[in-house]
Amino acid sequence: MGEQGIFLRSFFRNLLREEFEFEEFARQSYTIGFRSIGICALTGFILGIVLTLQSQPTLKEFGAESYIPSMVSVSIIREIGPVIIALICAGKIASSIGAELGSMNVTEQIDAMEVSGANPVSFLVVPRILACTLMIPLLTIFADAMALVGGFTAAALSGDMTIKLYFTKAISSLAFSDVFPAFIKSIMFGFSIGFVGCFIGFNSNKGTESVGLAANSSVVTASIWIIVIDAIVVQVTNSLIYS
Amino acid sequence: MNQEAIIEIKGLKKSFNGKEVLKNINLTVRKGENVVVLGKSGQGKSVTIKCIAGLLDQDEGDCLVFGREVKEMDDQELKGLRSKLGFLFQGAALYDSMTVRENLAFPLKKVLKIKDRKEIRERSLEVLEAVGLADAIDKMPSDLSGGMRKRLGLARTLIVRPEIMLYDEPTTGLDTITSKEISYLMLEMQKRYKTTSLIITHDIPCAELTADRILVLNEGEIIAEGTYDELYHSDDEFIRSFFK
Ligand SMILES: Nc1ncnc2c1ncn2[C@@H]1O[C@H](COP(=O)(O)OP(=O)(O)O)[C@@H](O)[C@H]1O
Ligand SMILES: [Mg+2]
Repeated sequence: MGEQGIFLRSFFRNLLREEFEFEEFARQSYTIGFRSIGICALTGFILGIVLTLQSQPTLKEFGAESYIPSMVSVSIIREIGPVIIALICAGKIASSIGAELGSMNVTEQIDAMEVSGANPVSFLVVPRILACTLMIPLLTIFADAMALVGGFTAAALSGDMTIKLYFTKAISSLAFSDVFPAFIKSIMFGFSIGFVGCFIGFNSNKGTESVGLAANSSVVTASIWIIVIDAIVVQVTNSLIYS
Repeated sequence: MNQEAIIEIKGLKKSFNGKEVLKNINLTVRKGENVVVLGKSGQGKSVTIKCIAGLLDQDEGDCLVFGREVKEMDDQELKGLRSKLGFLFQGAALYDSMTVRENLAFPLKKVLKIKDRKEIRERSLEVLEAVGLADAIDKMPSDLSGGMRKRLGLARTLIVRPEIMLYDEPTTGLDTITSKEISYLMLEMQKRYKTTSLIITHDIPCAELTADRILVLNEGEIIAEGTYDELYHSDDEFIRSFFK
């Protein structure tokens, strides 16, 4: 924990004091976003379908079929979307950052950067963490939208639901207190994914096997952080809204 | 030999997890000199030069470069020192994700803060020609052979015109002919850029070619010092054993 604190401080110090590597930030944002957009779209779409199909019979029983759009949108946007997308990105992005920086560490590229007088934290770490903090919320919003599309597809195929009705209902049932905490949460997830991947890659051991280890433990650690942050945010939101 | 001492190490000690790697290192490198440190694998040669470059801090003893203790330098001072220091890593440490051109431009842009593209291009071409790699400018490091990687690593450190060069096993992992080529190249660069060098190796032909003076490091201590010929004809059997 102490080492992570030092790493966090060095991230902020470099962010504030050193020249911002905009080119590198743009490159990382592009790679991170682009590499995961397909899987996030697919996941969102299928989640929407599954959620609709699963709740349909129960809601039908109570004659409450018209609640499907609201139910799908609230549960996806509030909870399922941010968490599932963050977990997928932990698997895809945190691992690749961990492996990439881990292998740069093993082959002494990070040492070489440092000893040349360049600043490896501001060149490698800051852009990656910021890119994750930006891209993961964007991917989440995109996946949420795809989930609504998936939900509509399922609802339309198995009943008579018009697209206008579906989206009106889906969107009007969302309150600020559903959307805002979810957005904040996914920013925190994004930061954690970038931070964990960079921290583990940067501090990996110098053996060849450590690259795989770094990738692996980045995924595990980032996933745990995501679940813990999720639990904390739920508690905080509830106590703010219902008290 | 009345030149000023550029690197001065006295009583250097360093342990990792309770294991004493450097017990008592004493060495001096004077301006314009090529000093070779010979030693078997795992004797702490890399640890020694990492202390000089400020990548590791010693536990005890002095490590002075240009008369200043490296361990006590603040960020700014360390940056200043590093801009005068070239470090060729054992595996060349090329930036895998960048082309040869970008590898060379990196220190110019990030360290010397040169923005002028023409200057960057000219300086890159100059060092590439010096190491005989001008054709490879648009290749990726993964497309280069071991010898070419070392040459590029050398070019990337020389591009900032360092005053001191630290070589960590410059010829290890190369075939004999390529090793010789790299050793000659090091000598040539030394003349051309007037650097002071500390060369760490266990490659005898490389030491013979490049060394003004040789130190033998064993079990964390410098156990012998002299010219190539002096050590070659040493009374000590262990020292002679290096040259067989
Ligand atoms: N950063 C480190 N952490 C722990 N042990 C290290 C570290 N660097 C080197 N060592 C240990 O120090 C010893 C000497 O290493 P090194 O200087 O790399 O040897 P060589 O003479 O082959 O260059 C080795 O046993 C190595 O395991
Ligand atoms: Mg070594």
